[in-house]
Amino acid sequence: MATTLAKAADGAEAAALHAARIEHVSKSFAGPAGQQLVLDDITLDVAPGEFVTLLGASGCGKSTLLNLVAGLDEPSAGSITTDGRPALMFQEHALFPWLTAGKNIELALKLRGVAKNERRERTEELLGLVRLKGAYDKRVHELSGGMRQRVALARALAQESKLLLMDEPFAALDAITRDVLHDELTRIWSETQVSVLFVTHNVREAVRLAERVVLLSSRPGRVAREWTVGIPQPRRIEDTAVAELSVEITEELRREIRRHGQH
Amino acid sequence: MASTETESDAVPVKDTDDLAGLEAGLDALDSVQTGGPPLRQVLVQKVLPPIVAVALVLAVWQLLVWAGVAPAYKLPAPSAVWGEVREAWLQGTLLDSIWTSVSRGLLGFLAALAIGTPLGLLVARVRIVRAAIGPILSGLQSLPSVAWVPPAVVWLGLEPSVMYTVILLGAVPSIANGLVSGIDQVPPLFLRAGRTLGATGLKGTWHIVMPAALPGYVAGLKQGWAFSWRSLMAAEIIAKAPDIGSGLGQMLEAGRTNSSMPQVFLAIFLILIVGIAIDLLIFSPLERWVLRSRGLLVSR
Repeated sequence: MATTLAKAADGAEAAALHAARIEHVSKSFAGPAGQQLVLDDITLDVAPGEFVTLLGASGCGKSTLLNLVAGLDEPSAGSITTDGRPALMFQEHALFPWLTAGKNIELALKLRGVAKNERRERTEELLGLVRLKGAYDKRVHELSGGMRQRVALARALAQESKLLLMDEPFAALDAITRDVLHDELTRIWSETQVSVLFVTHNVREAVRLAERVVLLSSRPGRVAREWTVGIPQPRRIEDTAVAELSVEITEELRREIRRHGQH
Repeated sequence: MASTETESDAVPVKDTDDLAGLEAGLDALDSVQTGGPPLRQVLVQKVLPPIVAVALVLAVWQLLVWAGVAPAYKLPAPSAVWGEVREAWLQGTLLDSIWTSVSRGLLGFLAALAIGTPLGLLVARVRIVRAAIGPILSGLQSLPSVAWVPPAVVWLGLEPSVMYTVILLGAVPSIANGLVSGIDQVPPLFLRAGRTLGATGLKGTWHIVMPAALPGYVAGLKQGWAFSWRSLMAAEIIAKAPDIGSGLGQMLEAGRTNSSMPQVFLAIFLILIVGIAIDLLIFSPLERWVLRSRGLLVSR
């Protein structure tokens, strides 16, 4: 990958062990009351092929952290190393409405420098991966919410990044579709070996998907606690083990939120 | 479709192997079906009303003539104007005049397009350029470009270049401003998505910013054409010289000096018809295509 090669040697070395390495990262923004600290000394590694969810209430800065990892913004302190440029998926599908579903994916390939004669075939493969064979010529507005997010996932995968960042990608979907997309994401993740850093405020979703759940506290965002999820995949959101761990994490999350009402 | 927050609302699916089938079902349930209305409906709802409206205007006009509300030298009969059409046709001046004006208008418009597009892009994307000439560009839009005819005649003499100058001054600000507002309305999400895909700098402008701004740009083109045509007619009415050639504006002015009201009416109608025809043939289909392909056109 071109971006990987451009990285410094130590970056490449770190990349062998980590898909992303976030070290002592802080971020503050200029607010009405002076500098406002949004992220405070976050240290977090994502191993190659690992699925990590970042969980937190509003104001924990989880989207800010994803933007930093994606390179859309610079940390105020600390450092972030990634293995090449990560792919990013948003809560909104962010597909370009002037292109068909297939052309959206092809644009990602084109910008990555994939040769013209390979793009169509690769696009069809990616559409097949998200089970949307035959949707190449569909306009974005002709697709359902779930189909749009799958095209967006295919477009993100087209970047062939080692790391896929997902910013509450299923939050706007109905429960049935979301459930199906959880299954799809788990399948695609195990097929492609991509590392995933997935942001959500939905505890069940976090436990359903992740190998590791990282709870962030709010204002400023700090790593509050981590859980390793040992439940074997494929899981179901209604599994008892998922429910039990979710109860435990929810308790902790509520404790974190309650702290903010006390002063 | 209501989004439910509790996951327990989701229908439990026992068999994971059946995921593909489940997904296909959801896709089929959720997809939007699109298709055009039947031809008959288009004829009744879109084509018939304007024809009826034109027929009504002609009828009222004829009634006014019969009622004798104004002498014939002020209000000619529809038949007199029709006679003027036939005469101009037989003399070969009808198509000549139309072509002279239309070719000027379109040529001038293309030049305005070539200048207005990079100008709009610069104003929208380069902050200091926007601060410097953004307000002037918006201000120029409200200046009727007929105001430029007298100075253009002084600077350039009675040459065809006067026509093009006036068209440019009328259309360039519209086109540039249309592009600027189109770019300003590009959702930031598209820019972020583009950046994560590696579309930065010129690549970003070409692959993301320009296509995303297309609806505003096309609206600017449409307005730019209207301004081009209006400016050109104003210039043609004012600037008369043998070298300039005879367009529709000159036809109108000639009708006035010859006290031929049918000719004046004919010229006005032709100016109107050409303006509408170019819009209907070029700009409206372009606009509809842009909006429809993005799912932004709600059928009425």
